[in-house]
Amino acid sequence: MATFKSVETKYYEQRDELFRGLRNLDRRSFLKVSAAALGATAGLVTPHSFTPVAVAQDPENKDAAPGFRFAYISDSHLYVKEQYDRFANALLRAVDDVNNLDPQPDFVFYGGDLAQLGRPTELDMGAAILKNLKAPLRIMVGEHDWYLDMGEKWRDLFGEPTYSFDHKGVHFVVLNSVIEADFWTARGMKPMERMMTVAGLDNGLQSPFTVGEPQRKWLEEDLAKHPDDAKIVIFSHSPLYKLYKKWNFWTDDAEEVQAILKRFKQVTVIHGHTHQLLTNRIDNIHFHGVLSTAWPWPYAPEGMPELTIEMARPDPFNANDGCGDGEVQVHPDGLVDKIYSLWNRNPITVSRTYMTSWGKEDAPPKPNRPAY
Amino acid sequence: MNDTSIRRRALALLASASCAAFVAALLVGCAPDRKGADKKTSGGKQTVGSCDGANTVEVDANLTGEELAGALMDQWKRDHPNDSWVEEERAAHDFKPPADNAAVLEGGQGPDNTYGNFTKKDVLVWARETEKAVAEGSRIFHNADALGSPVGVSCDMCHPHASNTHPETYPKYQVQLGRVVLLRDMINWCVENPVRGKALNPDGATMRALEAYIMAERKGVEMNYGKH
Repeated sequence: MATFKSVETKYYEQRDELFRGLRNLDRRSFLKVSAAALGATAGLVTPHSFTPVAVAQDPENKDAAPGFRFAYISDSHLYVKEQYDRFANALLRAVDDVNNLDPQPDFVFYGGDLAQLGRPTELDMGAAILKNLKAPLRIMVGEHDWYLDMGEKWRDLFGEPTYSFDHKGVHFVVLNSVIEADFWTARGMKPMERMMTVAGLDNGLQSPFTVGEPQRKWLEEDLAKHPDDAKIVIFSHSPLYKLYKKWNFWTDDAEEVQAILKRFKQVTVIHGHTHQLLTNRIDNIHFHGVLSTAWPWPYAPEGMPELTIEMARPDPFNANDGCGDGEVQVHPDGLVDKIYSLWNRNPITVSRTYMTSWGKEDAPPKPNRPAY
Repeated sequence: MNDTSIRRRALALLASASCAAFVAALLVGCAPDRKGADKKTSGGKQTVGSCDGANTVEVDANLTGEELAGALMDQWKRDHPNDSWVEEERAAHDFKPPADNAAVLEGGQGPDNTYGNFTKKDVLVWARETEKAVAEGSRIFHNADALGSPVGVSCDMCHPHASNTHPETYPKYQVQLGRVVLLRDMINWCVENPVRGKALNPDGATMRALEAYIMAERKGVEMNYGKH
């Protein structure tokens, strides 16, 4: 979708950008900016453009990725609007949240389960809503998007579900971690029955999630060119560890994937699916869950990771409580602060120091009301 | 579901719960003058009726009791394709089993016993019937249409395995409503709000089934009414 901006809007945006850039200028880059500004006033560049400000972003030290932020939205579980509008409204709210962030995030990551039952109408509507985002979108697939037509419509809209990209010195990998072994053929299930089975979190007829051998091989090759001290962030819909099998808070070949990541000094994994504050660390790998815009899940009845400080019990009388979106601050060292922007509460940050100190420092607030 | 079909389901459950040998024993044990288990032999074939008086099957005259029971069971299953719904519900949603009452068979039998004389079969019936009530609750809990939701929302979407329903805490003063409520009041709150359905009859079959399932899933949790 094309975004039309008036000359005035563009001017003020670029002006804001300039002043943000000026905050952390050293002397040399200040001179460059001054020269650019001078050029602008002298009419050497388009009068309303502050484009040269880009040089102000840490031009001296290209090796150390400067800190940056990206936003996330996840697990919207859209029904077609005629059937149930609440989840669509929640996604619209999240898009507004992210569009109102100042400064804007470098990109927005969507964590999967855009649709509830993978119907083309649901996915189309989701894609249309996400097009309103001002920042570029990166998207991951979830099981609710996939099991009606085995990802056909999703791929039409968004491309292949497995890919990687580099941003400011950090290597990002997006996986499809919701691959289930065929449980439907033997049972003679129709596509919608298969979808409904997978859509039931506590439905035990389905198979556990996996990344699968072909994708693990791809991951190994994709990471091969990166040194052990590379800054790596992996996105997966399911947590890339084994938390609670009965709800597929689980990836069946998690150990194999972790083994691929073992040689790196540090890796961050950000996952959807669990709809809650969820924090874990396995050796060099830091795991963070994200919030859902649709509803919060209860915490698993057993096996909670030690580092997780649960969010306070959501109030069922407030449809937005326990839901939200958030941001991820990526530090120059590649580690992240995970920010949970809860809609009905104060935001909660799970900082990198909390993770690196194994929970000893900088702990997020404890819940005022724990789960039953 | 009418009474006849309920009775048939109950019988089917009873039958499918038992091993073939058990059914065979039942068949052999049926007296000839009873309505069921009649044997009519003609030309190497025999027609056998089951104890429920509703089914017959034609088999070789020289089949063993076990084979006969198997054939009868197969016929019954063909006549009742939806018979295994409880097993299917259990496979899908893994609801908790009822208490094991095998211990009550040890001693204490006789006229002075609370229930009079009872057998292994009685204990089996108690378990199966109780479990069936819970299975029906599980079915409705996981099915937006059965729940009467016009917006496709079912209970399990927020409460997998009935988690966060905490039936053991009721009755309690529900702060958001400003009054003391029972579990059924909260079920109806959910039905009317997120589910956007019509409030269930508090004594109706749907409400009873949902209560059965929700309570079954909290098996072993201490009752603690009023807890927030």
